[in-house]
Amino acid sequence: MNIFELSEVSKTYGNRTVLQVPRLQMEEQKIYAILGPNGAGKTTLLRILNLLETPDKGRISFQGGEIEYGRRRLEAARQMCMVFQKPVMFRSSVFANVAYGLKVRNVGRKKSEAIVREALEFVGMNHLADHPAHHLSGGEAQRVALARALVLKPRVLLLDEPTANLDPSSVQHIEEIIRRWHREYGSTIILVTHNLFQAKRMAQECLIMMDGRIIEKGATEQIFSQPREALTSQFLNGSMVY
Amino acid sequence: MEEIGALWLQRNDIWEIIRLSVFVSGSAVLISSLLGIPAGAWLGLTRFAGKALVLRITITLMALPPVLAGLIVYLLLSHSGPLGSWEILFTPTAMIIAQCLLVIPIIVGLCAAAIAGKENSIHEHALSLGATRAQAMRTVIGEARTGILAAVMTGFGRAFAEVGAVMMVGGNIKHFSRVLTTSIVLETRQGNFDIAIALGVILLILSFIVSSIALSSIQESI
Repeated sequence: MNIFELSEVSKTYGNRTVLQVPRLQMEEQKIYAILGPNGAGKTTLLRILNLLETPDKGRISFQGGEIEYGRRRLEAARQMCMVFQKPVMFRSSVFANVAYGLKVRNVGRKKSEAIVREALEFVGMNHLADHPAHHLSGGEAQRVALARALVLKPRVLLLDEPTANLDPSSVQHIEEIIRRWHREYGSTIILVTHNLFQAKRMAQECLIMMDGRIIEKGATEQIFSQPREALTSQFLNGSMVY
Repeated sequence: MEEIGALWLQRNDIWEIIRLSVFVSGSAVLISSLLGIPAGAWLGLTRFAGKALVLRITITLMALPPVLAGLIVYLLLSHSGPLGSWEILFTPTAMIIAQCLLVIPIIVGLCAAAIAGKENSIHEHALSLGATRAQAMRTVIGEARTGILAAVMTGFGRAFAEVGAVMMVGGNIKHFSRVLTTSIVLETRQGNFDIAIALGVILLILSFIVSSIALSSIQESI
């Protein structure tokens, strides 16, 4: 089943069209990587999927139902969660940060206590539960950001360059958490990354974007070994100057 | 010591003046906060046509001269003014209104700045975690609490040290509308510099106590 279906979606800032997607289907329970140079529209696509931005034109379906940008937006939005490149920690403890999404859903304190502990355990941050979240290192903050998303058991996990600016050990740790999560819970994962090796390691399917368009979409192995488009080939072998 | 002794002799008057000063400025800051914090939050969080103009007007009003604020309130509340029937000119209520006029723009402007600095990232994080727009706004306001508290304290400083407007609309009437700042002016005019200085010291001590309490809560949240 398709988790997302986009049809004739476009987004324009001023005179510049930053996203133009005639048609896109994304299947449930898969890991997707979105690749492309800076300004290709990767983050805009992710933000539109997360309902943080409204497309100027087009239709988006989530789990078969068309998304309405009114009251029912919340219903769909609460089934997905984004982890940002630079996660902002709320000025409270690590525990309270992870519990935030449950609190806004009015989950009782007793119930959320156990769920938060479980999520913190999953990312290996239980020992810092009472620590002020805004004093964490980059790697720790990113793990808390992941726990903050995972605690909600989202159907879709959107990751916007979650390992940018992290050291190799932290990158490995984050990737392992994501893989393990996917294995155990089967959420659809959409990962925006500049790291081609990461895409190769993590994703089952890749989308290559350029100038706001998806120029190629396919299985990761096929994209890396036999890209159909010349631009994809140029981008992946580094011969593209952008 | 002499001036403190002189003040001690008038201790009932002094306590009355201190109480009224704290009541007038405290009420003005409370009312201004209740109106100014939501207005500042709205200004910091929303985008609309003419926002730049509203911000410019707010910043201009932050520097509103107290005598002008006093004059406006005086004209509104005088017998021939539109609110003359309320008969509150030369009362503490009029003094509170005048101080609100001075404090509200400060709280609105500083809150808007404190919230706008946090708005984008926190608002989006909250929405992405499933918050409704109202919940996300509350989160942004909560995260900007240090800046908001600083705005309220700045407003309190402005109100507590203010003399021109309260003198004009309060009348500096003994046992009724006399506050610390207007007492200092009166004692200075009468040549009682020792008492004026002692009153000034009391004003400073009270400001110190209030700002210390506020600062300790700011430090807790940092």
